[in-house]
Amino acid sequence: MRAVITVIGKDMVGILAKVSNECAEHNINVLEVTQSILQDMFAMIMMVDISKCNIPFTEFADNIGKIGDEMGLSIHAMHEDIFNAMHTI
Amino acid sequence: MLNERDILETITMIQDENLDVRTITMGISLLDCCHSNLNIMCSKVYDKILRYARDLVKTGEQIEKEFGIPIINKRISVTPAAMILASCDDRDAVRLARTLDIAAKECGVNFLGGFSALVQKGFGPGDREIIEAIPQALAETERLCSSVNIGSTKTGINMDAVALMGKAVKQAAELTADRGCIGPAKLVVFCNAPEDNPFMAGAFHGAGEPDCVINVGVSGPGVVRAALAKAGDDIDLTAVADLIKKTAFKITRMGQLVATQASERLGVPFGIVDLSLAPTPAVGDSVAHILEEMGLEICGCHGTTAALALLNDAVKKGGVMASSHVGGLSGAFIPVTEDAGMIDAARAGALSITKLEAMTAVCSVGLDMINIPGDTPADVISAIIADEAAIGMVNSKTTAVRVIPAIGKKVGDELDFGGLLGGGPVMPVSTYSPSKFINRGGRIPAPMQSLKN
Repeated sequence: MRAVITVIGKDMVGILAKVSNECAEHNINVLEVTQSILQDMFAMIMMVDISKCNIPFTEFADNIGKIGDEMGLSIHAMHEDIFNAMHTI
Repeated sequence: MLNERDILETITMIQDENLDVRTITMGISLLDCCHSNLNIMCSKVYDKILRYARDLVKTGEQIEKEFGIPIINKRISVTPAAMILASCDDRDAVRLARTLDIAAKECGVNFLGGFSALVQKGFGPGDREIIEAIPQALAETERLCSSVNIGSTKTGINMDAVALMGKAVKQAAELTADRGCIGPAKLVVFCNAPEDNPFMAGAFHGAGEPDCVINVGVSGPGVVRAALAKAGDDIDLTAVADLIKKTAFKITRMGQLVATQASERLGVPFGIVDLSLAPTPAVGDSVAHILEEMGLEICGCHGTTAALALLNDAVKKGGVMASSHVGGLSGAFIPVTEDAGMIDAARAGALSITKLEAMTAVCSVGLDMINIPGDTPADVISAIIADEAAIGMVNSKTTAVRVIPAIGKKVGDELDFGGLLGGGPVMPVSTYSPSKFINRGGRIPAPMQSLKN
């Protein structure tokens, strides 16, 4: 099972560290990271493996959302199926 | 393989363009709750609803979090109440209404639909009791929704029922005048009512449906508007239709995913996805604004019907391939008080009830959430219902009327309901009398279109 973590907001030091630290803590493996600057905004997309996640994924999604709020960033962790459903036939 | 653009597009749709799943609606058959003793039947009804829908809200919230898609409403629709009330010796319909309301509250859903009667050809046992009880039932309950089907292409229009419903709408407003006339906002009068509609206030669980089923209604007017805005003014209407189709496809795929997930987790068969563009009063979630984005100065000007026809058709064409089963109302909704653009157009005087009536010939429902003067006679409301039903009957489509007589208010005053039901100005209706026509009663015969066999 895979999920997509997206981080959108103003670029700052330590974004990647914070997010990947949270992943490591819950046994979530980071498979791929891409980042870009989109209309002056920092956008990072992480593909992660959640099959061995040690807490319910909904809880992880809540936690990562809160970290985003603290840093003034919009961070979402969403099951990859939503993207597959919308963008592939 | 997923690419960055697609991922960010989804995030933008959800965050900035109000993309959401409007409702997961669980349909529950109450036919096996029938009993000659009303008390026993009510307890069976309560038990069955709780047994099936206890986890509905929790499961919805789980899916919401896991997939990151807002699911605005979790709701229940049940077998038309008249069908089960028919089995009772004592047909106290308000008692049944209270039971349904308590069950809805206990399950945590915000609406339960199905305080309904299907009387398109005539009144069966239980039907009159339900219709007569509607105003009181809606006044005494909080979450209950009611609908009555008074006509169909196959049967024609039951004008006796039309006359009764005009009175019911008026009385429902009078009994809830102290609460912003909320009663008739929960009452829909249908022609060709779909039996698997997940949207309130007209949802009920038809007699041909399985014991329990999950239906999902998608939304997303904001997404369609944003896509058109990005494409700019230079594309022609064929390209506009294509763009709407592509967007509707994506929205519906999301609805299909949610529907299959909900169905698996609840162990209940998946019924249909309703491909509707359902507006909310929130800015950026308006169907009227899509029409304006297409190039109309304001919704309601000449050209609105054509633009809406294009939109309604493109939504269906885009959505139909994205879902394995499409049903319900499927199309663009035009509820006035629930749509920021419609409210503005009505306030500006650009949008009239006569224009809305024309629009209902090409959109998915009918005259929806329209505030009319509080002194409008019941006969006039019946005539509005008859006109709308005639459009539905002749065009083999669903039409409906949900008008709110704003008691104590006149044209131009505002009436607010709050929340998803929104609010807006009281709109003028014709003051000439159709009384003699309505009071003739009888049935308008089914049109030639009904003879398809």
